[in-house]
Amino acid sequence: MHFANAEEARKHHALYWKIFFALIVLTGVTVAVAQVHIPSMLIAVAVAMFVALIKGGLVVSFFMHLTEERKSLFAVLLLTIFFFGVLMSVPILTHQDSVGTVTQKFQPFHGPDHGDGHGAGEAKAGH
Amino acid sequence: MSAAIALPCDVKPHPITGMYNGKFGVWLFLASEVMLFGALFSTYIFLRVANPEWKHGWELGLNVPLATLNTAILIGSSVTVVMAWYHLQLNKFDVAKRYLLITIGLALGFMVVKYFEYTAKFNHGIYPKSNLFFSIYFTMTGLHGLHVLGGVVVFAYLVGPGSRMWLTHPEKYTNRIECTGLYWHFVDLVWIFLFPSLYLL
Repeated sequence: MHFANAEEARKHHALYWKIFFALIVLTGVTVAVAQVHIPSMLIAVAVAMFVALIKGGLVVSFFMHLTEERKSLFAVLLLTIFFFGVLMSVPILTHQDSVGTVTQKFQPFHGPDHGDGHGAGEAKAGH
Repeated sequence: MSAAIALPCDVKPHPITGMYNGKFGVWLFLASEVMLFGALFSTYIFLRVANPEWKHGWELGLNVPLATLNTAILIGSSVTVVMAWYHLQLNKFDVAKRYLLITIGLALGFMVVKYFEYTAKFNHGIYPKSNLFFSIYFTMTGLHGLHVLGGVVVFAYLVGPGSRMWLTHPEKYTNRIECTGLYWHFVDLVWIFLFPSLYLL
């Protein structure tokens, strides 16, 4: 990126300092929100990540001047964002996954649980 | 064999990508860095979700005021790099050099704060092997710290012996500052996510 004229350069100069102060203020917001006791962990994470995303967006858009880059770069970055999303969803998918987990319903070689407080497998092992 | 081979599109934009090759290369490198840190973040989420009794970083003795100071330091260093690049475009090399020296100073300041944080933990007998949280904490902040040191080395070269290029190829030198700046903003970006994830949540 190159500045077309002195006026454009001056505008960018002011913008960079505005972004800097916005980032400092948002850092303060992140710390302040953390002092407030939010009962739901999910909401606490969502708020913290939302502020971090805004800060990250400002850095990428203006300091890395992504908003002024060519579209060819977006193709590369969209691919990165997609696979980053896959990577982040791996822990969630793992916790949702029940494949390979032996549940009572699918125990093919054990008899039914007779409600004696012991699992079918344990009852069989006792014989 | 002393004749230098000119690399294509090292200053002028490549017809397909629309930017000089160095910048496109740095963006590709940063894409791979996203996956590197992404793998560590993914591991952190996995372990954390599996352990409901997981404590907050500040409950385990992490120093939030020092980490907040470090966040401000890194954000400050990001703006000084942008300022250096901005002044190079206006042909003000001396001002740009001053901003680059401030950037190096801020980066070293970040590492000094990190040194105090790490030694405070070591003095309390806390090491990466102590528990799951601290193994993640030291791995992620340690890898980030290595990136900061890497940036310092490159900036030191560009301010020192590498600055001779300004006299012969000013546009190419400006591009080098831009590329290093892109890397540096990424290092800042990683910290923006590390700080709340490890210290506050």
